[in-house]
Amino acid sequence: MAADQSRTEPTSPAVRTFADVAVGDVLPPKTIHIDRATLVRYAGASLDRNPIHWDERFAKGVGLPDVIAHGMFTMGAAATVVTDWVGDAGRVVDYGVRFTKPVVVPYESGADLEVSGVVKAVDPETRRVTVELTATAAGEKVLGRALAVARLD
Amino acid sequence: MPVNADFQGRVYPPTETYTVSAAKIREFAEAVGSADPVHTDAAVARSRGYADVIAPPTFAVLIAQQCDAQLIRDPEAGIDFSRVVHGEQKFTHHRPLTAGDAITGTLHVDAVREAGGHAMVTTRTELATEAGEAVCTATSTIVIRGAE
Repeated sequence: MAADQSRTEPTSPAVRTFADVAVGDVLPPKTIHIDRATLVRYAGASLDRNPIHWDERFAKGVGLPDVIAHGMFTMGAAATVVTDWVGDAGRVVDYGVRFTKPVVVPYESGADLEVSGVVKAVDPETRRVTVELTATAAGEKVLGRALAVARLD
Repeated sequence: MPVNADFQGRVYPPTETYTVSAAKIREFAEAVGSADPVHTDAAVARSRGYADVIAPPTFAVLIAQQCDAQLIRDPEAGIDFSRVVHGEQKFTHHRPLTAGDAITGTLHVDAVREAGGHAMVTTRTELATEAGEAVCTATSTIVIRGAE
């Protein structure tokens, strides 16, 4: 069989280098809309099938205001602000958060997760950069001490 | 029933192998909204020096939570799952999880403590290949809300 000439070379944006980064750099922010379909998709992908994340009746039955997003969905979605900026998701070597408030996801309106990031530290020795993320929903911080460390060339 | 403090320091045997697939990586990347082609296009992944498509940074939770279940489902531990909320999560990646990796997880119960009427349990799952290469350390703190 002849080689497939129609296949285009993968185009991939350049990966950010250590020299490109300074303390105080602001990452492009992102607003991520979350609805029930988002959470059902995440439940399937992550195998976290706790019904508080998709069954309103169940969530209210255990004292929650409504369905809430998986904390790990919020953490994973927020990470994309860092990985989009770095240009390679494999560069994140450390990532940790505290879950400070649940993201409540009403059926009609869903929720908007707003994520921003700023470079807090750079280490020329290890070529690691530390980004602090801020994630809010309905005006409240939903992640605390959200720090991602990326190792760059 | 309070959480059993005797569990602090316990280490579980390595779990059965979980094989990371390109299909699960793609599904997970789509679910968290990561558009980086390194998750879906093996040619892109290889051009960046990876053996195959790699997982997003939080994918490891999928394996780690299966390890945590050994503790949470153990009746002796006294954890009421209906009262559990996720408090903190951290990942340290020694290298990215890659399609084809055959991974085992070893669960360590690092801390069991009480504060303000709630119990907090910190677990650490060491993910390694069957050959023993360390891949990721996932640390999780769950809060078990006290009865009203």
